Amino acid sequence: MVEPRTLPAPAPTLTPETEPFWTAAAEGRLLLKRCLACAAVIWYPRSHCPLCGSRETEWFTGSGHGTVYSFTVNHKGEGAYRGAPYVLAYVELVEGPRVLTNIVDVDPAAVTVGMAVQAVFAPTGEGTALVRFAPRREPGGHRTD
Amino acid sequence: MSRRTGARIVGAYEHPDRVITGKSVEQVHAEVALGALADAGLGLEDVDGYCCSGDAPGLGPISMAQYLGLSRLTFVDSLEIGGSSPVAQLGHAAAAIAAGKCRVVLITLAGLPRSGAFRPIWAAPEAPFETVYGPTTPAMYALAARRHMHEYGTTAEQLAEIKVAASLHAQHNPNAFLRRPVTVEEVLESPWVSEPLHRLDCCVVTDGGGAIVVAAPEVAKDLGRRSPVLLGHGEALKHGSDGRLDLTYTAAVRSGPTAFEEAGVTVADVDYASIYDSFTITVLITLEDLGFAERGKGGWFVADGGLLAPHGRLPVNTDGGGLCNNHPASRGGMTKIIEAVRQLRGEAHPAVQVPNCEIALVHGTGGSLGSRMASVTAILGVEE
Ligand SMILES: [Zn+2]
Repeated sequence: MVEPRTLPAPAPTLTPETEPFWTAAAEGRLLLKRCLACAAVIWYPRSHCPLCGSRETEWFTGSGHGTVYSFTVNHKGEGAYRGAPYVLAYVELVEGPRVLTNIVDVDPAAVTVGMAVQAVFAPTGEGTALVRFAPRREPGGHRTD
Repeated sequence: MSRRTGARIVGAYEHPDRVITGKSVEQVHAEVALGALADAGLGLEDVDGYCCSGDAPGLGPISMAQYLGLSRLTFVDSLEIGGSSPVAQLGHAAAAIAAGKCRVVLITLAGLPRSGAFRPIWAAPEAPFETVYGPTTPAMYALAARRHMHEYGTTAEQLAEIKVAASLHAQHNPNAFLRRPVTVEEVLESPWVSEPLHRLDCCVVTDGGGAIVVAAPEVAKDLGRRSPVLLGHGEALKHGSDGRLDLTYTAAVRSGPTAFEEAGVTVADVDYASIYDSFTITVLITLEDLGFAERGKGGWFVADGGLLAPHGRLPVNTDGGGLCNNHPASRGGMTKIIEAVRQLRGEAHPAVQVPNCEIALVHGTGGSLGSRMASVTAILGVEE
């Protein structure tokens, strides 16, 4: 097994529209936006609903559970990601959205499409945290992979 | 033009605030967009044309369409001529409507100069949710390649065949950046960039450029030069603004049919195709999207010399494409047009000239197969 590298956690640029997402992540919660008019779960978060145009949306706390929709082991990282290979992926949340992220705490060679994952939170040191995913642990503490 | 089309301004909305705090620039764009649509009695789903300018954050309409939720666009415009931009776009919109390219065009302008933008104006609204995770350009295309492999069994060997065909064409192009033919094995043995994409699955990085001149037919007939004619044209965006991005197809599924319908031809009529080839996977998925190959059968289509001139299933990128010849400014659209012009004039290298080439297709891809993207399809014919 290749020891997974520790990834950088650059602070995201905040806007008034998205700041709650990032500060909640620092508290270990994956916040999502829901449309009150058409019930769509919106990704990425914004004030209006891109499906129906309603401006009535609300935050709710997601489960943090999902599966790997696609992934790449990236050997040519740039900037802070330069160095050992890391996993960039889309994870399909059980709430529906497919979100860009990293798969961590696992040998990159063991990642597969469809793998069950759960959110883990990487503090940026600026009151926010990135939302990454690791193989899902069963209640008994065993991984499903 | 507007008199000819009868294009009308059906909705208008000015934001009521003069000092705005606690909102992003894109948020104000959304507020004026929804305001103008409400004034018109229309919704996001009615909009098939969108114009913005330098005040809009991100990659112009590609970012803004995803943010706003515009999923039916067949016409976009993001020219930058300062404060006069929306006035120019009013004319462009009327012309596009007259040409039958769209019916409802939304034009937005917004900014926060008094309150101070909360971040650089060029920072895209989606960027905070992506850039922090290390998405390089090849890595994003690799995500599309992986998903296609997962759903359809596409193989690395099949992707490699696309590079092999480009290299066999490029050997005849004295200006090509890479002129040496390569084998499938060489592609597979080249170093990983972003799995499953190897170094040789990627296009070249080259300086340079190109240009074309488009003119009215009465000008063209006096010039004594064979002048290919634009028979059909289609453009479309894909961005997954619903948050459920499907990586197995591109916006070519919409730009292609628009162009074919306008040209009155089918895939069977196409003698030569310039297909955008930033990566091998770009070509494979685009061939499926345009209908040259069945969905999921792109790997079969490109194998066994399928893309080779002059007698493959479909001769593609006979200059060597972006994969071997040239990808100037990291943008392959111009060189795609130029090689199609060479083919229609009968001026491609004799080794790769398609005999009696009468219909050529040019397909451009902008943005990323792995997130937001634009597809533009043009069908060219020899002059009558
Ligand atoms: Zn809605």
